[in-house]
Amino acid sequence: MKSTLNTRIVLLWLLLALLLLTACGGHNWNNPYALEDRAKNILYTVFTERPKHLDPVQSYSSNEIQFTAQIYEPPLQYHYLKRPYALVSATAKEIPTVKYFDAQGNQLPDDARAYDIAYSVYEISIRPGILFQPHPAFASDAQGNGLFHDLNQQELASIHKLSDFPQTGTRELVADDYVYQIKRLAHPKLHSPIYGLMADYIAGLREYAEVLKQVEQNRPKEKMFLDLRDYPLAGVQVVDRYTYRITVIGKYPQFVYWLAMPFFAPIPWEADRFYSQQGLIQKNITLDWYPVGTGPYMLTENDPNLRMVLEKNPNFHDEYYPSDGTPEDEENGLLADAGEKLPFIDKIVFVREKESIPRWNKFLQGYYDASGIGSDSFDQAIQLVGQGEAMVTEAMTEQGIRLETAVAASTYYMGFNMLDPLVGGVDEKSRESARKLRQAISIAIDYEEFISIFANGRGMPAQSPISPGIAGYREGEEGINPVVYDWVNGQPRRKSIQTARALLAEAGYPDGIDQRTGAPLILYFDVTARSAEDRSRLDWVRKQFQKLNIQLVVRSTDYNRFQDKIRKGNAQIFEWGWNADYPDAENFLFLLYGPQRKVGNNGENAANYYNAEYDLLFEQMKNMENGPERQLIIDRMVEILRFDAPWLWGYHPKDYGLYHSWYQNVKSNRISNNNLKYFKIDAELRAQKRKEWNEPVLWPIALILAALAISFVPAITAFRRHESGTAVHAAS
Amino acid sequence: MLSYIVRRVFYAIPILIGVNLITFTLFFIVNTPDDMARMQLGIKYVTPEAIEKWKAERGYDKPLLFNQQAEKLGKLTNTVFFEKSVSMFVFDFGRSDDGRDIAQEIKSRMLPSLAIALPVFVLGLIVHITFALLMVFFRATYIDFFGVVLCVALMSISSLFYIIVGQFLISKLWHWVPISGYEAGLDAAKFLLLPVIIGVISSAGSNIRWYRTLFLEEMNKEYVRAARAKGVSECIVLFRHILRNALIPILTGAVVVVPLLFLGSLLVESFFGIPGLGSYTIDAINSQDFAIVRAMVFLGSILYIVGLVLTDISYTLVDPRVRLV
Repeated sequence: MKSTLNTRIVLLWLLLALLLLTACGGHNWNNPYALEDRAKNILYTVFTERPKHLDPVQSYSSNEIQFTAQIYEPPLQYHYLKRPYALVSATAKEIPTVKYFDAQGNQLPDDARAYDIAYSVYEISIRPGILFQPHPAFASDAQGNGLFHDLNQQELASIHKLSDFPQTGTRELVADDYVYQIKRLAHPKLHSPIYGLMADYIAGLREYAEVLKQVEQNRPKEKMFLDLRDYPLAGVQVVDRYTYRITVIGKYPQFVYWLAMPFFAPIPWEADRFYSQQGLIQKNITLDWYPVGTGPYMLTENDPNLRMVLEKNPNFHDEYYPSDGTPEDEENGLLADAGEKLPFIDKIVFVREKESIPRWNKFLQGYYDASGIGSDSFDQAIQLVGQGEAMVTEAMTEQGIRLETAVAASTYYMGFNMLDPLVGGVDEKSRESARKLRQAISIAIDYEEFISIFANGRGMPAQSPISPGIAGYREGEEGINPVVYDWVNGQPRRKSIQTARALLAEAGYPDGIDQRTGAPLILYFDVTARSAEDRSRLDWVRKQFQKLNIQLVVRSTDYNRFQDKIRKGNAQIFEWGWNADYPDAENFLFLLYGPQRKVGNNGENAANYYNAEYDLLFEQMKNMENGPERQLIIDRMVEILRFDAPWLWGYHPKDYGLYHSWYQNVKSNRISNNNLKYFKIDAELRAQKRKEWNEPVLWPIALILAALAISFVPAITAFRRHESGTAVHAAS
Repeated sequence: MLSYIVRRVFYAIPILIGVNLITFTLFFIVNTPDDMARMQLGIKYVTPEAIEKWKAERGYDKPLLFNQQAEKLGKLTNTVFFEKSVSMFVFDFGRSDDGRDIAQEIKSRMLPSLAIALPVFVLGLIVHITFALLMVFFRATYIDFFGVVLCVALMSISSLFYIIVGQFLISKLWHWVPISGYEAGLDAAKFLLLPVIIGVISSAGSNIRWYRTLFLEEMNKEYVRAARAKGVSECIVLFRHILRNALIPILTGAVVVVPLLFLGSLLVESFFGIPGLGSYTIDAINSQDFAIVRAMVFLGSILYIVGLVLTDISYTLVDPRVRLV
């Protein structure tokens, strides 16, 4: 009777297990997404760091722009396929042509000298008929009053997120929306990172900030909405419904690049009004969190702790896939969709994945469509063949994964603080000695080896601050740094260590000994590195200095203290990097422009480098259009830098991206961020591959159950024996 | 009991002030208000004026602990410490340095943290106590011996190892559950299964050994011998008599952590992509957001104090001899 009952219980459990397995049937158990999304046209990607700001006036970092660039549309954008990078219109009818004026307001010819130009005027015309995404800020009653612009407590009670609003509306994009946003750069409560820079260029912006500050101080605190339409900005004006004019102080040819950044995207006043309601702010419903744009996508789910979802903007205007590119684009099938309407993908799901291991494994399982390559998974993904050419491994090829590489518009360098008496010099003689010392170190530190060991080959030794793909960059023999390299057999070869030692001796440190004092030469390297991986890197750097018999003392600190040292000029040698804002040599060369010095000027010249000729050339070059004349000046500037060696030029990182076979139209574009609209997904193929790669393995379940049963048998036997035993038996 | 609780609440106030002061001092030893401003404003093109404006707007332009310029009481009250601390005592956590309401964030993140911490706690308690009792039942046999060896082995492995191996075997090789992720409601089950199992196993070694020691101590007491002499089955002796009498030390360790379950687990949340309060705190430390750090430390301190009071109260429930006065 008892055994029958036990059998029944076992059978019941088995039946239950079977039911559970059946319930899970038909799809992969490890699928993290909803079953109904199986074959939908959705792109799955990751983000590691939560964005701080989604308001285009504030957002600047790459983890923010990856969202805002899909939602907001500045007037210009970069051509997706063309290289070198070229600006094309986004909402503008065409690239604006600039007009120059002197101080008296007389128009000057296009080739006027920069010195004569008092103002440059950009007149931008946008295309009519562009609509904003559906948004409750535009919902209005019959009289045109915003339905949700004055919410009361009762209405607010049921609102927890933007999608809780019962009604949305839209409106046509007009020039005033662009003007409104430019005014916001000076808003006293918003902290636009480019306000300081733009206040030097946009006429009247600094004064405008003062006006707004006064207004803000004098108005009642309960009035949250500051309507910027009531306060005109002298340098930015609406010409007509679709045209606006920006007046820039002097000549600033790089200004057009800024017009391709979300800082210059339109913001409708209705959105500003809507989001300024205290009740919504208390619920974290702000413009900083819920963008309103005209772009191809709109943010429909915003949980930066878990997931951000972009969905196709139903009001997105007509925009088509480019029909011209480079010859390689044709070969790579990147022009197959030429002339097709954008965007291709319906929905983009950004999943927050902080750790690299789950991120990588989910990519291999097909649950993410693309992945970067961490150092821990590099060998699994990439093999180097022939002349160090990177290819995906066989395992990746079998899965149909392909590799896309691109040199980033960035540079990582090691800088010398030119204010330091030893590496910078204080008088002519010591400056000469310091220059030779820097040149010797430039030769000794083998960045080819560094890239190979610490970046898995993902980098390109830098010959100057300018990175490849940027106007002003020189390739081949004419592009090498003659202080560090010789051109041998069609490629650069680092000069011998003997050359470096000779330079060191000329600097007054033969064999690393200071010939004046007889003491060994000791240099100090300030870093923020602390991890185990960093330690091996620092050991490598020490060894490079040891080649010259120089003792290197590493001063490791946290990032805050490090920045403080750089600002105060207390570092001697340091590491830093720069990501370009726009594809122009000026954006790299200004990092060594005298007036940009950190010490005293709080600029971006961390090395505190100063060279009168260089500064003069920089001032000349920055006001010139690209062309042979400008190139000559850039060449001379680079030549000065190479000779002075205020930086070890370091390397330009190479980005490696892995893409599944169903991910199409991918071309690395390190300057523009609004590329998601060009991508395409074969969702059916993905669903099929996911199923194939993620069939549950069932034998371990049986094994675990068997192991449990086996281990319980002696325990149950012992228990029964114990329970049925007599006291005497138990005692014995 | 009421007077006891009221007294404990008053005792809590100086403790909370002390915790707040220590957090404040430690935070500002590492980060200055200028560093915080730079972190929020970004690295590029930040002007000293922008930094000053940011600090003034958030009240970080005042002296940290003592204002020499102010008069009388203002020397203490017109400081960053005072202004940032007072609001905490009325549970107004304010806004994070990037402008979001902290209370809202805590509310929305508490559930995911609980969704993982509560099952780990409850299931862990049941499983660990049961195994400990079984080991006591089989004391001095090879089962007990191997059980202890297994517990020591489990204790010796870091929880990160459990996570990585668990994700590798269960999710990557066998494809049973998603490697990471989270969904609200019932859909959360498939995401929580693995972290819960790992949570229970990773804490098993130390807990089972500790409970086993407690039970063994009770085992030799006279009431156990008397129960056995009366012919009570060993199961009843273990689960009814011994367990009940060993509850006080178990409660000391267990109840105190109940309120802290809200705060989540830093490591598990990070690896399994669970949007709880643990990862919120880590993010805040990384982004030098003092407003969130102090709010979380303050909340943690309060919950810990609540846990201690609950522990004391629970003693009275399991042992009628205990009186709180």
